[in-house]
Amino acid sequence: MVANTIKFLLNNELVKIENLDPNTTVLQYLREEQFKSGTKEGCASGDCGACTVVLAELDTENSGQLTYKSINSCITFVGNLHGKQLITVEDLKEGAQLHHAQQTIVDNHGSQCGFCTPGFVMSSFALHKQNNTPNRAEVLEALAGNLCRCTGYRSIIEAAMTSSKDAREDSFAKHYQATVAALTELEQLPTPALTGNGHNYIAPKNIDELATELTNEPKSTLVAGGTDLALSVTQNLATIDKLVYVGNVAELTTIEETETEIIIGSALPYSEFIDTLHHYYPDLGEMIERIGSKQVRNTGTLGGNVGNASPIGDMPPALIALGATMTLHVQGQERTILVEDYFVDYKKTVLKPSEFIKSIQIPKPTAGQTLKLYKISKRIDDDISAVLAAFFIEQEITENGQKITNVRLAFGGMAAIPKRSPVTEAILLGNSLTKALVAQAKEALTTDFQPMSDVRASDKYRMTVAQNLIEKCYIELQSANARKVIETRVVNHA
Amino acid sequence: MRSLIDVKKSDAQQVKTNTDKSVVNGQKNVGLGGVGRSKKHESADKQVAGEAIYVDDRPSLRGELHAAVGQSTMAHANIISMDLSAVKAATGVISVITVEDVPGHTDIGPVFPGDPVLAIGKVEFIGQPIFAVAATSFDLARKAVKLARIEYQELEAVLTVKDALAKQNFVRPPFTMKRGDSDSAITAADHQLSGEILVGGQEHMYLEGQVSTAEPTEDGGMNIFTSSQHPSEVQKLVAEVLDIPLNKVLVDMRRMGGGFGGKETQAAPWACIAALLANVTKRPVKFKLARMDDMVMTGKRHPFENNYTVGFDKDGQIKGINIEVNGNCGYSPDLSDAIVDRAMFHSDNAYYLDQATVTGNRCKLNTVSHTAYRGFGGPQGMMTIEMVMDDIARHLGKDPLDIRKVNLYGTDDRNETHYHQKVEHNNLSEVIESLEESSDYQARRKAITEFNATSPILKKGIALTPVKFGISFTVQHLNQAGALVHVYTDGTIHLSHGGSEMGQGLNTKVAQIVAEEFQVDVDTVACSSARTDKVPNSSPTAASSGTDLNGKAAEAAAKTIKQRLIDFACEKYQVEAEQVHFENNNVIVGEQTFSFAEFSQIAYMGRVSLSSTGFYKTPKIHFDRATGKGRPFFYYATGAAVSEVIIDTLTGEYKTLRTDILQDVGHSINPAIDIGQIEGAFVQGMGWLTTEELVWNEQGRLLSNNPATYKIPAINDAPKDFRVALVPDAPNREHTIYNSKAVGEPPFMLGMAVWSAIKDAIASVNDYKTNPKLDTPATPERVLFAVEAVKAATAK
Repeated sequence: MVANTIKFLLNNELVKIENLDPNTTVLQYLREEQFKSGTKEGCASGDCGACTVVLAELDTENSGQLTYKSINSCITFVGNLHGKQLITVEDLKEGAQLHHAQQTIVDNHGSQCGFCTPGFVMSSFALHKQNNTPNRAEVLEALAGNLCRCTGYRSIIEAAMTSSKDAREDSFAKHYQATVAALTELEQLPTPALTGNGHNYIAPKNIDELATELTNEPKSTLVAGGTDLALSVTQNLATIDKLVYVGNVAELTTIEETETEIIIGSALPYSEFIDTLHHYYPDLGEMIERIGSKQVRNTGTLGGNVGNASPIGDMPPALIALGATMTLHVQGQERTILVEDYFVDYKKTVLKPSEFIKSIQIPKPTAGQTLKLYKISKRIDDDISAVLAAFFIEQEITENGQKITNVRLAFGGMAAIPKRSPVTEAILLGNSLTKALVAQAKEALTTDFQPMSDVRASDKYRMTVAQNLIEKCYIELQSANARKVIETRVVNHA
Repeated sequence: MRSLIDVKKSDAQQVKTNTDKSVVNGQKNVGLGGVGRSKKHESADKQVAGEAIYVDDRPSLRGELHAAVGQSTMAHANIISMDLSAVKAATGVISVITVEDVPGHTDIGPVFPGDPVLAIGKVEFIGQPIFAVAATSFDLARKAVKLARIEYQELEAVLTVKDALAKQNFVRPPFTMKRGDSDSAITAADHQLSGEILVGGQEHMYLEGQVSTAEPTEDGGMNIFTSSQHPSEVQKLVAEVLDIPLNKVLVDMRRMGGGFGGKETQAAPWACIAALLANVTKRPVKFKLARMDDMVMTGKRHPFENNYTVGFDKDGQIKGINIEVNGNCGYSPDLSDAIVDRAMFHSDNAYYLDQATVTGNRCKLNTVSHTAYRGFGGPQGMMTIEMVMDDIARHLGKDPLDIRKVNLYGTDDRNETHYHQKVEHNNLSEVIESLEESSDYQARRKAITEFNATSPILKKGIALTPVKFGISFTVQHLNQAGALVHVYTDGTIHLSHGGSEMGQGLNTKVAQIVAEEFQVDVDTVACSSARTDKVPNSSPTAASSGTDLNGKAAEAAAKTIKQRLIDFACEKYQVEAEQVHFENNNVIVGEQTFSFAEFSQIAYMGRVSLSSTGFYKTPKIHFDRATGKGRPFFYYATGAAVSEVIIDTLTGEYKTLRTDILQDVGHSINPAIDIGQIEGAFVQGMGWLTTEELVWNEQGRLLSNNPATYKIPAINDAPKDFRVALVPDAPNREHTIYNSKAVGEPPFMLGMAVWSAIKDAIASVNDYKTNPKLDTPATPERVLFAVEAVKAATAK
């Protein structure tokens, strides 16, 4: 059963949307349909955070708890609001009383021109709802997707680090049970859909509905967080005829562990699986913290990052190096392939019509294995990689010292697709990692890749840095066994 | 007859004491107005609540249309033909105009001609507006302009500074400032060095993009709501393109979501186009630039390519220098003449150049016309001499700080600039020495050397760089301001001044000044939009001059009213002027105490005018461009920064670990706002020199055209340890408003400490024996290649 309606809470008010173009973003909806101008448009591309709003959702464990997530309203389609509570900067004040997240910015002189301020307020609000005594690292992680051009950030950091005794007593806390009840009720509603201006949106609730939908309408565009897709609408002025939202599909939004694998649903946002991956692969956890921003990680998914087959996605090289697999689904039929085999050419994949990515399987580490990840970009926060290097190395101790028994070196930004380096790997495989071998490997890399120059980096830099990362990996592996650890990463000096 | 509003009578028992703890530097408690104290920004409460209204937030007007422009796709070409039929037929389109439809002036160049409002037969950069559309929605307007079919005849495009120099392709003639005989002095010196540096430009990236709304009025005029640093110029240009008198155009500017110079001249074109479309359609038109359009169509900080030849003695002291600064001005003059002048004026930064020749070229390239940006050419000028300091230091094997110190301007001698202004009240040595000590520079220098000796991959660097920045518009007539103050019969005050609020806290500071004059609470003073019908003929809010100029003008207006109140009190109560005091929201007349509101009513009933204008013009300044001599600056603002960085010699990545700043803001009117300006300026300056890279392709197309590809500092880029202090007890010895000093631009240039510290870290790779060359922005790529160059030199 499908209801041609989107229902959500706008603060505490139940709102029903019918007959609105589903290409409308939440930001446009707020400013043009609701006449709420507190949420600002800075870039309409998810890069500045001025449009940040917060979504409260029933948490995935169905424990009756709400999670508060900051998102970029400028790149979120309005249909994605279904079943959630949308909180904007206008909702925080109680009467004349500013919310803690607002008052601390005033008290610390953290607003100048004020245009980025509502976004910072909302990011800080979301943080404090989840953690009312955040430390500096947590504040930086939560606010890295909000740009300020005036203050230099010091005052904003101090504001957000001010612990909020009253975050537990704000108006949202007072309405907590009512909100949970209302959202639970919305969850029971039939499959939501939206039609407007001749364009359609549907949000299937289970994998069968999704598969049927895609079989009937193979030209549909899948949308999860929309953090990349929405740019085609806001930046390239495209219109999408038929959007199928996968974020409500139960089977696509789970995380499971077996003895050997972590199985991540393709539509599960990063923020839901980052901790698990960090536990098994610290380098991977740290790298994911640098994918997009908190707002992007709150909605962006693995399925999206892999699925759009961008040459500069950060997860594909990591997944390829890890030997991860992906399960593809079409109308009840499933096949599992290596992530490595998914990419054919620039933005071309093996995905067949009506087929979709169900899950990604990541092997758990075993003894002797190391994963090293390096994200190289102009800026540490919220930047697209010039080069992403993912090195998976398995070593075995023999009588002649350590020997490489398995190696996968995958790179992003070095070719039209995320790609391994067979020539370089062949140099390393079966040998002991020595300075001389590293020099050979660096040389071999020029056979594997002929990178290009673009706005992010020159071909020469890409190659040099990729080669140097092999050297760095070697130094780190050596250093791990040495008495004195050699520092190799500036990002650790945050 | 109307009755007067009820007001609170004075309660002499209730003496309000000032308990604000933010009094800095033990300054005397100067009163309720709060000059000298950290008042919050007047809009802070509204900004955090989403209640502050920016132009795009204004409620839509009945029938409001949205504008977009068709842009050139060629860097330099004649327009052969234009087929706009599909545009006109597109959904939602109400009107399409070209330059043929402009009733008045077609050129909107702010100082010199050269900026057509819409292209006239040819295009000179990619993104140049050719035609404009008014449609029923923002999206429909943007979609419609893409349907145009324009045929071009391509012309040769100049796309590099080197090419422009070779062809002598200039937007304005070259200019030279000269003191003594530099050539002979260089030759005669113990050592000679020369070098060149590419200094990148900078996108303003104000969070609020360009936006204006034009609303036709009943008498053929236009009301404009705009995000502009220069409402009076918007008024003039709108009047000119419409061919109507100035008194029919009203410009209202409440606040900008950031300006940084990018809305000084380049807010006007969008207001003009909105007005032209509103004039044709007789409907209100809003023109908001989408972020990418804003980045493509508006000018940036000028990229420069500078070079020098210097002669110096064994101590590293400069004896003579030739400097050439070459500004990439883009396709039109805009403000480039004054910007390259300011680069030349600041080619000395804080140092005595002795015999000096400074030449500035204004190169014309087929790119967008570059414009004002915080520092206005000054930062690009300073980069050369800061490079010279590092170069001399490594040549002589000394710490760059020693070379900087040995070259500082003197107090009694060695104190004349290359444009023959004497550097007065020079506190550069004290500032540097004080900062050197408070930042623990020497101990950290030692610790860094030790760290580097044991860290093969990561290297640290440290640098201290000073700033001396000239305050005043170098165009003399701009150094004037007006204000309008009203006192109402409830004792509240309304303040209008010619300055515009872009986040810098100007309205807050000027309100503090007015409140100070009447000794009333600062929230008694309301300051709303800058409007051209309130304060006419205003100057741009630029050149760090906002508070200096408008604060003085507002003070003058308040003083006029205050004097009328005193005169009235003397007459009515038969007291001497000395017996009339303004204190604690009260007016004390002899033995009697009235609340300020009460006394305002008494004065009103006594038919005293409670409204006054005020005016100010900066004294002492003059400059003769024919001789290159004069005193262009009323005074200098000074400061210094120490930054410590860490770099990765395998990838070129880096981080700023700690920054200490000491800035002289004179007697601060609002320390919290001043510190906010300093911190923000520093980080913006650091961004300019590190991650913010403008990239154009070989056809002249801007590739870094959105915030995904152009990276301003984000929160992790702010120094982890960030210590900002104001020079204590330092009233400006020139008679500025409350002896304060300008603060908007000067600390921007302190970002140079980061660049110099990165070079220091790179130099450590070869034990400081090789001088790294590091053009800016110093992206990880540039840093890595500089490291590799030093390594290669080591190997030799």
